[in-house]
Amino acid sequence: MGRIGDRFESLRGRKEKALIVYLTAGDPSLSVTKKLIFGMEKAGVDILEIGVPFSDPTADGPVIQAASQRALKAGTTLQGVLDLVAEARKVSEIPIVLFGYFNPIFAYGVKKFAHAAHSAGVDGVLVVDLPYEEAKELRNYTDVIGIDFISLIAPTTGKERLTKIAAEAMGFLYYISITGITGTAAPKINNIKIEVGKIRKTTNLPIAVGFGISKPQQARDIACFADGVVIGSAVVRLIDENKNNRDLIKIVSDYASVIKKELR
Amino acid sequence: MNQTLPDKNGHFGIFGGRYAAETLMPALIELERAYQTARKDKKFQKEFEWYQHEYAGRVTPLYYAQRMTATLGGAKIYLKREDLNHTGSHKINNTLGQALLARRMGKKKVIAETGAGQHGVATATVAALFGMECKIFMGEEDIRRQAPNVFRMKILGAEVVPVKSGTATLKDAMNEAMRYWVSSVRDTFYVIGTTAGPHPYPRMVRDFQSVIGREAKKQIIKLEGRNPDVLIACVGGGSNAMGTFYPFRNEKNIAMYGVEAAGHGLWTAEHSASINGGKVGVLHGNKTYLLQDEHGQVRDAYSIAAGLDYPGVGPEHAYFHTTKKVRYVTATDKEAIAAFSFLSLKEGIIPALESAHAIAYAMKMAPKMAKNKIIVICLSGRGDKDAQTIIEKGVIS
Repeated sequence: MGRIGDRFESLRGRKEKALIVYLTAGDPSLSVTKKLIFGMEKAGVDILEIGVPFSDPTADGPVIQAASQRALKAGTTLQGVLDLVAEARKVSEIPIVLFGYFNPIFAYGVKKFAHAAHSAGVDGVLVVDLPYEEAKELRNYTDVIGIDFISLIAPTTGKERLTKIAAEAMGFLYYISITGITGTAAPKINNIKIEVGKIRKTTNLPIAVGFGISKPQQARDIACFADGVVIGSAVVRLIDENKNNRDLIKIVSDYASVIKKELR
Repeated sequence: MNQTLPDKNGHFGIFGGRYAAETLMPALIELERAYQTARKDKKFQKEFEWYQHEYAGRVTPLYYAQRMTATLGGAKIYLKREDLNHTGSHKINNTLGQALLARRMGKKKVIAETGAGQHGVATATVAALFGMECKIFMGEEDIRRQAPNVFRMKILGAEVVPVKSGTATLKDAMNEAMRYWVSSVRDTFYVIGTTAGPHPYPRMVRDFQSVIGREAKKQIIKLEGRNPDVLIACVGGGSNAMGTFYPFRNEKNIAMYGVEAAGHGLWTAEHSASINGGKVGVLHGNKTYLLQDEHGQVRDAYSIAAGLDYPGVGPEHAYFHTTKKVRYVTATDKEAIAAFSFLSLKEGIIPALESAHAIAYAMKMAPKMAKNKIIVICLSGRGDKDAQTIIEKGVIS
């Protein structure tokens, strides 16, 4: 088992739920992202999703779109993100999932990417525009090397499709809590509970819930039935608002620990 | 030529596919099933044909351009007059098909992206015709340079949503339409305007547009007793070109030319020639040739013709390029403007700046060909919408 599986197992032992935080790599700069990674780990974040910026993030709302644009303007590349992970990995054992779109990986070369990601210490990949039907193109290389290919389940995913996806899932299943793009609507807790229940019947893997979660109360409610919550746009917004503040790392860390408290 | 392309997952060789967010996948699969059933349903086909004839005004003429032919002094030139369709371009062929499909699937809301506004107008038109709610996503820069079409869409009852991101052109409009669709997929039908996007769109749009080539084939046989030697059409996403070429794909001895927009020149960063100046990549749900940097970030496209201003190209065109079925060439802004004036003055036909790229390439080819050779050009749209752009360029005073 890799770092992701280990982490969920030890959380289960402590009866805790996972806090998964998304950061857009390179916003405002890769060196700040590195400091944020260490800050998040200290604040009790369990898994990090490191966003690889893309020019056309069609599944993302305005907050992450803008962060991606800023990161690209700052010169962030996939190689730069891999180097960042390798740097962080020298001192940190926090599980890291690269989150992004397929084209930068395709341009890098899928085989080369799988090897580079593995040696940098990446534990999982989540590629928004690589659904079940197209996933082999990357999984042919990442599965064999021990990188978890994280699958998304949407509110629109039907039973038959869910079963197919769950059968080949690795790491954890990521349930998209709203029919929409990232960070744009508040999820309806009762509906999510029903959907997570359906997913639970198809898999023994942990289930994390994300898209649109920003408040401690939402995290606590979701933690009652899911194994983890993902916070993305809320953190990215906080980083942007405080990017010139000397206490940036502390502000974001404090926010993360408030959420984590709800999951213990 | 393989008759069964795309395969069941929408691949044309290595191109095409369904690189879409999970939220959209069930809708794309549902759409594919609905289309497969509709396609084989004689009633659907009959109704589609009825609207094409009675509403859009098909059959469009295959017009022998005598003065153009005489002036160029070579091959005999025919124009497939898609500009004479209702709404002024070939776009209505596809929107009628998709709107009928939307109605059949019980969807009462439609959305679309548009560049030049021709697809937006064609979508707004069918939405009015079938009593559907309609939202059109359009880049702010395109809203500025294609103002007449914006007014038309509004008159037809559509909401025009301005898109500010990126270069505020077609690519960004498509990003925003896809984002909106992710949030509204349960009750909204996305009318994609070209042979791109995730499966089944490239195939579906190809089928709806193939009426262009099917008619042209019958017409040229009737007029000349034989197939043409050359077919020429402009390629942005590539729907008019695919519609023209596809019915001729198995014919021997026809040279087919897809003309991409070279903008200020292929050697500059300002063009829209995805096949001639791009690399294979994944955008908007399909794998195809893309304008992109070495890190896989999509570059902004540029062309004087808003409808060609797109960094990708339909995946079946990418396939036709690698199999050498079609030759992909280019015309610059300058050449397109010259062709725009030429056709206006010689034939009394004002072509869309998009279609002027095809005319421009024919102007280069025709003089070098023998007088007994035949060229068919797809004149995909009329150029009234481009008056503002042409005036700004100082072509007329």
